[in-house]
Amino acid sequence: MKMDDRVILRVGTKVLSPFILLFALYVQFHGDYGPGGGFQAGVIFAAVFVLYALVFGLERAMEVMPAKVAYACGALGVALYLGVGYLSMFRGGEFLNYSYLFDPEHDPTHGQHYGIIGVELGVLVTVFGVMVALFYAFAGRRRIDT
Amino acid sequence: MTEAMVQIVDVVLLVLLAITGIAVIRTRNLFVAVMLAGIYSLVSAGLFVVMDAVDVAFTEAAVGAGISTVLLLCTLALVGYKESKPQHTPILPLFVVIVTGGALVYGTAEIPPFGGADNPAHQNVAAHYIHDSEDEIGHIPNVVTSVLASYRGYDTMGETAVIFTAMVGVLLLLSRGPLPKRVYHAGHWHKVKRGVTREDLIAEMEDEEVHDSTVVGGEDEDG
Repeated sequence: MKMDDRVILRVGTKVLSPFILLFALYVQFHGDYGPGGGFQAGVIFAAVFVLYALVFGLERAMEVMPAKVAYACGALGVALYLGVGYLSMFRGGEFLNYSYLFDPEHDPTHGQHYGIIGVELGVLVTVFGVMVALFYAFAGRRRIDT
Repeated sequence: MTEAMVQIVDVVLLVLLAITGIAVIRTRNLFVAVMLAGIYSLVSAGLFVVMDAVDVAFTEAAVGAGISTVLLLCTLALVGYKESKPQHTPILPLFVVIVTGGALVYGTAEIPPFGGADNPAHQNVAAHYIHDSEDEIGHIPNVVTSVLASYRGYDTMGETAVIFTAMVGVLLLLSRGPLPKRVYHAGHWHKVKRGVTREDLIAEMEDEEVHDSTVVGGEDEDG
């Protein structure tokens, strides 16, 4: 099928993409109140780029989201997670004890709240980067006819 | 929902699950099998919702039905979608599956009733999470998030690292990376020119091979 024949797919993808991204952010930040969190949000975020690559082709998707950026995201999320853990350690608590992120005498739940947001963001970034990188790795190979 | 309605939904979902499972086994078309596996994940997600495990259901729907289906389809695009006929009889695998399945079904007799307040799973830390997370973690109505990100932050850190490791593994196996500066082919090193694509390079090497075998053929003692 020629590219030009798929008007509904192309227009539909362009219209839906921002809403899917927004929904991923909703899933991320609403995870404290309902189902959801970094893992699910990361997968939904990556799904937008997978959809884009399926409709517009891998090359154009790699212009929007270069593979190197995806690899970097995969590592950055883990670093962010560890960073929150070490930060609470340097503030006087145990590793990953977010209560010490802010003044623990005043209100430990304050630090807990921001700690959870921090690590969930780390999970989101890692899952997003890994899913996009895996898709690129699989889709980027040509079929080898034997 | 009343008890009877929940049971009807359970039965419908489980029957759908069984039908999809059998259909996956029976089909020889791998494309159909992959799509059915996606449906299987989606029905499982529905079952998790009925069991009030909405976070798990969400993940199952997004990963099982979404991303992994796409990855499997990408794999099929590489390897083709026809499954070759099995070369051995299915007697031994069938025997193993029946024995394992029988053991699992036998094991369910010992499982405490679903959702019972006296179940061992609800006796230890679960009660603490439900009673005290409001004071310890703050106002996070979804206790799953408190447990996952704070009480069990170590586990989630490990999971994130595992996902990262999966990426590293797949990239090492599948990705092709940048071209090297020189390649060894047909007995000597070739410099790779700047800006040459992989396809050009492969074509060039194949030409070289023809050239070598016709002109210098029989110089095998070096290699």
